[in-house]
Amino acid sequence: MLINQLSIFIENKPGRLSEITETLCKHKIDIRALSIADTTDYGILRLIVNKPEEALKALKEEKITVSLTHVIAIAIPDVTGGLNKAVKVLSSKGIAIEYMYAFLNPKSQTACVILRVEDNEKAIASLQDGGIQIMKSDQVYTI
Amino acid sequence: MENNYYQPEIECADRETIRKIQSERLVSMVKRCYENVPFYTRKFDEMGIKPDDIKSIDDLSKLPFTYKTDLRDNYPFGLFAVPKEDIVRIHASSGTTGKQTVVGYTRHDIEIWSDSVARAIAAAGGTKKDLVHIAYGYGLFTGGLGIHYGAERLGAATLPVSSGNTVRQIQILQDYEPDIICCTPSYAAYIGETCRDMGIDTKELPVRAGIFGAEAWSEGMRENIEKLLNIKAYDIYGLSEIAGPGVSYECSEQNGMHVCEDYFYPEIIDPDTGKVLPDGQQGELVFTCIAKEALPLVRYRTKDICSISHEKCSCGRTLVKMMKPQGRTDDMLVIRGVNVFPSQIEYVLTKLGMEPNYLLVVDRVNNHDTLEVQVEMTSNTFSDSVKDICKLESKLAAALKTTLNIGAKVVLVEPKTLGRSEGKAKRVVDNRKI
Repeated sequence: MLINQLSIFIENKPGRLSEITETLCKHKIDIRALSIADTTDYGILRLIVNKPEEALKALKEEKITVSLTHVIAIAIPDVTGGLNKAVKVLSSKGIAIEYMYAFLNPKSQTACVILRVEDNEKAIASLQDGGIQIMKSDQVYTI
Repeated sequence: MENNYYQPEIECADRETIRKIQSERLVSMVKRCYENVPFYTRKFDEMGIKPDDIKSIDDLSKLPFTYKTDLRDNYPFGLFAVPKEDIVRIHASSGTTGKQTVVGYTRHDIEIWSDSVARAIAAAGGTKKDLVHIAYGYGLFTGGLGIHYGAERLGAATLPVSSGNTVRQIQILQDYEPDIICCTPSYAAYIGETCRDMGIDTKELPVRAGIFGAEAWSEGMRENIEKLLNIKAYDIYGLSEIAGPGVSYECSEQNGMHVCEDYFYPEIIDPDTGKVLPDGQQGELVFTCIAKEALPLVRYRTKDICSISHEKCSCGRTLVKMMKPQGRTDDMLVIRGVNVFPSQIEYVLTKLGMEPNYLLVVDRVNNHDTLEVQVEMTSNTFSDSVKDICKLESKLAAALKTTLNIGAKVVLVEPKTLGRSEGKAKRVVDNRKI
């Protein structure tokens, strides 16, 4: 139920992002989803890839500062109100969302929403209770 | 300008008289060290030296050197030669790790230190009629209180403003009309520029002289300060381990500083071999505190590089002169008048569980020294949360402030930015042109 997301520290300098994409390309890693949290001096690049453990090893070999974070992926129907339902379930249970990013899954007419929350177990239980579909990791890596 | 001496009987004494005083004091000091400081008892015994072996100042080179690490290893009061009840003052300055370098003084030590500073103020033309504006920081650092006690010793009036609040410093210069100002040279330049920006004509200010130290400054900086503030700018040198400011001071010739060698005997040595070098040759400056009671350091290695000269001085003083220090044998920096050792940054990083990979970038903007500490963000300290990274930055900045005693900007960087070098890593980039 938990997805391994790569979190990478990047300085706000030209060329730093391309070093990362270059490394992933070299090791034939496919990116499935991506988001960047930016601050003045640095950013945190968050990636969902098809082979997270391999990607972690490859990036570490290049002395890139990287770690794996457990996030949750939910599948919501690609209709108006789809996201609202899921977010309401979480807020009703007092579960704070640290960050989220979403992308469409063309194969199944759903949207995949990646969520980072403080308590993964509690969030998963609440979402399932509320009828929200939690995606399995292998489903996410092979989107 | 008429020469102004505080203690002409010693400042202008003949060399034979000075030598006699030095020999007497050294002989007495060596006995005191051997009998009262276990560190020196051990050291002398190890080298097979007995106090009686030292009969005059010529025997000084028989004695061992003392290093800053000895003060650190005996932190805080392990090298004191007198009982606690005889200590009347404690000061401290930057250490090379997390602990400060601690020094102590008896009443007599304060008197000789004050005498030294009084000599300096008199050499800058100061008299008991003057009001001395002191903009060095007051506190554990020796700058503020050192000048303060020296000015009072001279009989002058003191204005203990301390540092900071530049607008107020200027208001005081205008309204209280001090005659002499004392602060770091970069702060003096900053005050001068602020006056200019505020449209204040410094020719209208009565202040006529300044005594500047605690950091290195060039002839170019002197010219700039003298022009901006319309004063004569004098150099002063010192270090807490020996006493504080006043160990040596510039006179009207403004070409080298007279050392209070009746209190603090100077030698120049080859830093690698320890051999004493002749006049005119550059080497490491070493002091022996022949007149001090609380912390009588033997051949203390300052790590400052300069030369000394016994050449006749037009001011009439016969005390030996040291030239402006030209650099250091270690990697110590002086930032906003505060000593900073790169090893202090290492200490803070390892204490916080971080890799000690960093780069210090020092600059000077508008005469204000800035320090940026670039620290490597590695996988084990990295967090996926911006909030956590910000917390780490704040924690690091606070820990650095506590240890260094000055504020630094923390910038987290990728390991690649700092790079790896073969051999000793480059830890400091100093962009200042002094």
